[in-house]
Amino acid sequence: METTTVKSNFKSEEYFINMGPQHPATHGVLRLVLTIDGEIIKKVDPDLGYIHRSIEKMCERDSYQQIVHLTDRMDYLSSNINNEAVCLAVENALELEVPDRVKVIRTIIGELTRISSHCLWWGVMGMDVGALTTYFYGFRDREMINDIMEETCGARLTMNYNVPGGLMFDIHPNFVPRVKKFITHFKTKIPEFDRLLTNNVIFQKRTRGVGILSKEDAISFGASGPVGRASGYSCDVRKYHPYSALDRVTFNEALQTEGDTFARYKVRIQEFWESLSIIEQLIDNIPEGEHRVATKAVIKLPKGEYFQKVETARGELGVYVISTGTKNPYRFKFRSPGFSNLSLLNHIAVGGKIGDLVATMATLDLVIPDIDR
Amino acid sequence: MKYGLSIITTIHDWLYSVMPEWLAGLVEMILIALVYLGIFSIAGLFLVLMERRVAAWFQLRIGPNRVGFQGLLQTMADALKLLSKELTGTEKADKFLYNLAPYFVIITSLMALAVIPFSAEFHAFDINIGVFFLIAVSSIGVIGILLGGWSSNNKYALIGAMRSGVQTISYELSVGLSLLTMILLTGTLQLSEIIEVQKSGWLIVQGHIPAVIAFMIFMIAGTAETNRAPFDMVEAESELGAGFHTEYSGMKFAYFFLAEFINMFIIAAIAATVFFGGWLSPFGITESIPSLGVLWFLIKTLLLVFLMMWFRWTFPRLRVDQLLTLEWKYLLPINLVNIVIMALLVWGKLIIKF
Repeated sequence: METTTVKSNFKSEEYFINMGPQHPATHGVLRLVLTIDGEIIKKVDPDLGYIHRSIEKMCERDSYQQIVHLTDRMDYLSSNINNEAVCLAVENALELEVPDRVKVIRTIIGELTRISSHCLWWGVMGMDVGALTTYFYGFRDREMINDIMEETCGARLTMNYNVPGGLMFDIHPNFVPRVKKFITHFKTKIPEFDRLLTNNVIFQKRTRGVGILSKEDAISFGASGPVGRASGYSCDVRKYHPYSALDRVTFNEALQTEGDTFARYKVRIQEFWESLSIIEQLIDNIPEGEHRVATKAVIKLPKGEYFQKVETARGELGVYVISTGTKNPYRFKFRSPGFSNLSLLNHIAVGGKIGDLVATMATLDLVIPDIDR
Repeated sequence: MKYGLSIITTIHDWLYSVMPEWLAGLVEMILIALVYLGIFSIAGLFLVLMERRVAAWFQLRIGPNRVGFQGLLQTMADALKLLSKELTGTEKADKFLYNLAPYFVIITSLMALAVIPFSAEFHAFDINIGVFFLIAVSSIGVIGILLGGWSSNNKYALIGAMRSGVQTISYELSVGLSLLTMILLTGTLQLSEIIEVQKSGWLIVQGHIPAVIAFMIFMIAGTAETNRAPFDMVEAESELGAGFHTEYSGMKFAYFFLAEFINMFIIAAIAATVFFGGWLSPFGITESIPSLGVLWFLIKTLLLVFLMMWFRWTFPRLRVDQLLTLEWKYLLPINLVNIVIMALLVWGKLIIKF
C-alpha cells in the first residue's frame, strides 16, 4: 500500500490496546494485543490460554468412550463432527465396520451441525459489522436444528451422539419429517439472508478487498475450511478423503478466488446450499438396520499410530492417536482448524482499520475453546 | 415567548398580578424550564421504549411488554435501576471534566428542544434565528462527548471520542447546507415563519426535486450527527466496547443515553418542521382546531424517528474512512450543487405553490 507522508510538527506514537479477553468482537476469551497508530493496525498479537483446560492431557487419562465427550467441549458449535472424528479414528484402529444406517445418519447430523454453526456465524458476522438484526435471524433457523437435535440426541449443544461403534440411540421417529420441513423452510431463508446482508452496499463496502489472503499464504499458514477455500485453495476433506456416507453423495466444493473477507462470507453462504443438498440426497435413503455395533466394554486399540481427519464447520480437524495397546491412549493430539486460522490474523489484518480487524476476525469464525482446548 | 393556550395565559396573568414583574418573569422562566424538563424526560423514556419495541419488531422478538401496559413503565423501571446504581469511575480520570461531560450533552439537547415548535401556541422560544440557533446548539453536544472520552483515561473511550469529533464536524456541514437549501424557499430563519410559508404547500412539495434531495441529505447527516447506526462509530460496540461512555455508570451513563434519544427526536422534529409543515395538518383538514397541531407535529416527528430506527436495525456500520468519504466526496458536493439548483428554481419561480 502506498502512503504519502505529510511532514508535520505533531508527534504521534503507536500505542497498545488490549482487545479482550472480554471484548464483544472476540467471541469468547481471546485476547488480542493490538499495536495501533491512530486507527490503523500495526500488529496483532493473539494471546491464548484463557480457556485452556488440558483436554489433550485429559484424553490420556480417559478411556476411548470418555474421550468422545471431551471433544464436545472443543469446537462446541460442531460438536457432532468432533465426536465423529474420534469415533472414526477408534473404529479405523479397531477395523470395525459400522452399519450403513450409522454412516448415513452421521453424515446427515454432521451437515445439520454445519448449517447450524454457519447460521450462528452469519448472525454474529452481521453483528460484528454493526447490523444487530442478523443475529436473531440466524438464531431463528439455528433453533429449528437445535430442536431436531434435542429430540434425537437429548442435547442442544454438546450432543454426545456418536459413540465408537455407532450411535448412542436410534433417530427419533420425527427426525426425518422434521429435517425435511427444515430443508423447505431454510431454502426460503437463505435468499432472505442475502437480501438483508449480502446485497447491502455498506456490507460489501466493509468487506470487499479487506483482509486479503493469497492462495500461497493460505497453504503456508495451514488455513483450512472456508478460510482456505475463499482463497482458491481446494481443501475440502469431505471431497478428498470422504468419510462416513460422504462418498455416496455429489456436492460441489464452495470455492472463491478473491481471498478477501467477502469471499470468505460467500463461501459459507454457498456451503449452506451444499449442505442442504447433501442432506436432501440422504434423508430419503436412510437404510434400515442396527444403530450400533457391539464393542467391548473396555476398548483397547492395537499398538500403533492412527490419524483421522474430518471437515468441521471451521475446517480440517485432525485426530492423532498413539496407542500402546492399553485402555488409554499414550498421546491424543487434535489438529484444530481455529488455531491455524487464527495464526494468519496478524498477516491479513495489519494495515487495516480497527473496523476491518473486527470484520476479518468475524469471517475467520473463531471458536476460542477450539483454539485453546 | 409566545403562548396562547388559555391555561398558560391564566398562569401568566396570575403571576404578574401577585408579585413584582422581575420576580414573576423569573418564576415563569423556571416554570417553563421545569415543563420542558418534564417533556425531555418523558420523551426520552418513551423513545427508549419505542426503540426497543421497534427493534424487537424487526428482530422477530416481542420486546418489553410486562411492566405496565405494553411495557410502558419498562424504561421508568430501568431509569430507577440506573438511579440506584453506584457511580463508579476510573482512578486516573480527570474528575472535573469527567463529571462535567454528561451535563454538556444533556443541556445542549435541552436547549435545542426549547426552540422546537410543537404547535402554534406551544412554542417556548421563537427567535428570529431559529434554524441557526438549532444548528449551533446541537454542535456543542460533541464537546461533551469529546470531554467524556478524553477525561475517562481509557483508550477505547478516547478512540470513540476522536471519531465523534471527526464525524460531527464533517456532518454538521451537510446538516447546515441542506437546511440552507430550504431557507432559500422561506427567506426566513424563524421557525414559526417557516411553518407559515408552508400553508401554501409543504416545503418538500414546494421545492420538489432539490427539496427531496435536501431531505435525504438531511436525514443521512442528521443520523450521523446523532451518532446512530449506521454511523455509530462513536460507540461501535463490536469494535470499542461502549466507545466514549465506556467508563460511565449509573445516571451519568443514562444522561448520555437519554441525550442520544432526544437528539434523534430533535433531528426528526427539525425535519418535520422544515420539510413537512411542522404542526400544519395535511391539506388543512384540521385547520379550524389549532390545538390539534401538537398531534400532527408528533405524528410527523415520530414517523421520521421510526425511519431513523429503521436505518439502525437494518444497516451495517460504515468504517470511519468510508464515513468521511461519504461526506466530503459525495454529500457535500451534491449539497452545493443542490443549493445552486434551488436558487435557480426560486429565481425562475419554478416552485410549486397551491
